[in-house]
This record gives sequence, structure tokens and C-alpha cells, in this order.
Amino acid sequence: MSILKVAHLSKNYHDLKDEIKALKDISFEMEDQEFISIVGPSGCGKSTLLSILSGLDKASSGTIEFSKKNCKIGYMLQKDSLFPWKTVYENCLIGLKIEGPIQEEDKKEVLRLLKTYGLYEFKDKYPKSLSGGMRQRVALIRTLAIKPDILLLDEPFSALDYQTRLALSEDVYNIIKKEKKTAIMVTHDLAEAISMSNRILIFSKRPSTVKKIYKVQLTNRKGPINNRKCPEFNTYYDLIWRDLDVHI
Amino acid sequence: MSTFSKEHLEFIKQKKKEKRKIVLFRTLSLLLFLGLWEFSVKEKWLNTFLFSSPSLVLQTVVKLFQTNDLWEHIFITIYETVLSFGISSFLGISIAGILWWNKVLAKVVDPYLTVLNALPKVALGPLIIIWVGASTNSIIFMALLIATFLSIIDIYQSFISTENNYITLMKSFHATKKQIFFQVVLPSNYQNIINSLKINIGMSFIGVIMGELLVSKKGLGYLIMYGSQVFNINLVITAVVILGVISYFMYFVIDKLEQKIKR
Repeated sequence: MSILKVAHLSKNYHDLKDEIKALKDISFEMEDQEFISIVGPSGCGKSTLLSILSGLDKASSGTIEFSKKNCKIGYMLQKDSLFPWKTVYENCLIGLKIEGPIQEEDKKEVLRLLKTYGLYEFKDKYPKSLSGGMRQRVALIRTLAIKPDILLLDEPFSALDYQTRLALSEDVYNIIKKEKKTAIMVTHDLAEAISMSNRILIFSKRPSTVKKIYKVQLTNRKGPINNRKCPEFNTYYDLIWRDLDVHI
Repeated sequence: MSTFSKEHLEFIKQKKKEKRKIVLFRTLSLLLFLGLWEFSVKEKWLNTFLFSSPSLVLQTVVKLFQTNDLWEHIFITIYETVLSFGISSFLGISIAGILWWNKVLAKVVDPYLTVLNALPKVALGPLIIIWVGASTNSIIFMALLIATFLSIIDIYQSFISTENNYITLMKSFHATKKQIFFQVVLPSNYQNIINSLKINIGMSFIGVIMGELLVSKKGLGYLIMYGSQVFNINLVITAVVILGVISYFMYFVIDKLEQKIKR
């Protein structure tokens, strides 16, 4: 059963001098608990799609259908954007606070998430005392706190150094699988996309369309770090690289 | 304490020495200036009638103190300054908030704000006296004119340069504009607002003295005006010196307050 259905979506941006076609006729479906990655050339409108799905931006035409009524979307931005004047715990509660008075059980859930993902002892610290990887994990917990049905991840690891990036992608992947979430991730990193996703959408240059969809089938699928060792990994890498058609 | 290395102790000692040196030179330069002033008057290089002298200033202070006028003048000036500061800060923050809220309104009033801010407010002095009357109200009004527009412009500028990622994040949680303002725009600009208030208190002070010069029966500005009219230079310079002391005192209080709030 598909949880999300996007059909013939397009988006144009306007300024006084010009009209920019960012997305053109994007269509895809998504299963419950599926992990989809979107890759494509820089500036092709991948992030635009996420902002439209999250409701931050409006599509010019096309439809988005959620199977569930009031489907909740959690949007994790590229920058963690933790508020420096709030503690880690308070930061995690922001989404809930916006929705209204915070329920006791929601607080407990956030504390559970903090505990499970090794941040409990930092809950009363301010974000400036955390490392980049920890901050990003707090940002993920903040997103998960509102119990979203679908998670949107906009290059969640791009601001991190390589080692943290690998470790965190493993963490985030496990968190998402454990909490049984559906996720769409935009990334530049092909290895990241292949090792984490069930399917990969390749976007073309602007105006973007879905150029190709890969179903990632790996023997011995485990976590992202392990998946990089699968025999099919390099094949996918080559195929997608060619699809991106990069000329330097 | 004893765990510090010798090198570290040496470093602290060096820093303390430096600090002492600065205090020493500050005091010395002040004493040198006062001494030179007193000396040149005594030696008749400078005319006492025109330039007064430290000892005469001190005498004037004592005289004012004995006639009970000193505190009253100081109190009036500080009272007016604090009142103008309070009102203009309140207006500054709330109007900046309204302008942040309504971008079109902000664009509409932008040229007016710029002109009103740049306009030399003393030019409005005579009008203020006619409109508001020769009373404390005109002094406050003058101070507000001088301080408020700058506050509005300053605080509005920091409001609109709020980190965009924070606002996008709030929007992704479907926050209302009110929530965005009170949970992000205001707290993230906390430091900017304090900085702007620091400028504001100085502006209010300037405004009050300007108002007192134009119209008043009490206050340090009045002392200066009165002193100059009867050619009592002692009184004028005494009032200026007291103003200097008050400025320093206000700066000191705000600095301490800021540190206390910051913890």
C-alpha cells in the first residue's frame, strides 16, 4: 500500500526578470516504511520537492496524495538549526510546543529517544557544547518527537566530516528503521544513497523530471556501512554516476 | 588552585600587572590634567572667569549641595532620562515588532523613518514648546524624538536579519507568525536588543539635556543654560562635570545589569 502518491508535480519560481522552471512533471509513489533517496545534479530542485512535500512551498501544478488523513511530515534540514538559547531537551520539544500544550507522554517519548540514542546525559546542556554529529542526532530527535508519518531529510549529513558522516548515517538509518518510519532523503553522496535506500530516484537537470528509478537490491542487506561491501554496490554506483551525466 | 603550573601563575601575574598599570595611568592622566588646569589658572595663564578651575568647581558643588539644590537637579535629569529611556525602548521594540510583522507597512514607512531619524531634532525645539508647552513633557518629548526612531530602525534591522534557518525550521513545524516572533525572532535577537538599548540610554540622555537647554526650571541642562546666561562659568563647568560622572555611572550600571542577565 502506498503512503504517498505524487503525480505530475511541477514548480516554477518567479522574479521580475525571469521565470525559472524548477520541477516538471514529477511522479512517484512511496510504500510505508520505505527509504527513498533522491540524487541529481546541483540546483536541480531536489530540495524544492521536499519543501513542497512539507508544505513550506506550494506546487505550481500536480497533486500530492497521502493515504492517511492528516499525514504528519517531519522535515530535517541540512543545518541542525538548534536554538542556542534552549537546552537540548527544550530544543527537542520545539515541534511539540508549537502544536500546543505538551502532553506528559510526549515528554516521556522524547526522553526515551534521548536515552536510546545516547544523549540523555546532555539533555540539560546547551547545543554549543555538542559535537556536529550529536547536534544532528538532536535535530533528528526533534523531528521524530512530533511522531511524523513521513520523514524528509535534506542532505542531513553534508555539514559533517567524513567519519562522523558515516557513523551518523548508520545511526540515523537504524533510528529510522527502529522507529518504523518512512523517509525521503535528498543527497549528493551516491554511496550514501545506495547504502541507505530501498529505491533511488534520479533527477535530471533543470527543469527536473524523474529520469530513472532504481530499486536497490543488495545481497546481505544490513546497515549502511555494511551495505557498502555488498557486491552490487559498485554496479549501482557506476550506473547512477553515468545517469547523472556529469561533465567537468 | 595549586594545580596550576608555574607558567600559568606567571601568566596570571602578568595579566594582573597589566591591569594595574592601566588603572594607574588612567588615574595619573586625570590627576595630571586637573593639576595642569589648576596650575595654569593659579599662574594666570588662563582666565578664571572664562575657564574656572577644579577647586572652584569643587566649591560650586559644595555650595549647591549645601543649598540642597544639587540632588534635586541631578534627580530631575536622571528621572527624565530613565523615563524617556523606558518609553523609547518600549516603543522601539514594539514598533520594530509590528514592522517585522507587516512587511508592506515596513516598506511604506521606511522613507519616513529615515527622514525622521536623520532630521536634526533641535530644529523642532520651538515647535515642541508651542505644541507641548514649556514643561517637563516637552523635555521627555524631545528625548523621545531623538531616541525612538533610532531604536526602531536598529531593532527592526536585527529582527529582519534573524537567522533564516531558524524561521524555516519553525515553519516546517507549521508555527504561526506569533510563535515565530516570540520563540525565535525575539530570543535570538536578545543581544542585539541589549546593544540597541545601550545606545538608546545615551540618546535619551542627549535628548533630555537638549530639552532642558531649551525649556526647564530644573535639571543639569537648566544649570548650564542658567549659568551661561548669568555668565557663571563655574556653574556651567560644574554641571558638565556632573553630566560626565552620570554618563559613566549609567554605563557602569548597564554593564553590570547586562552581565547579571547573561550570568
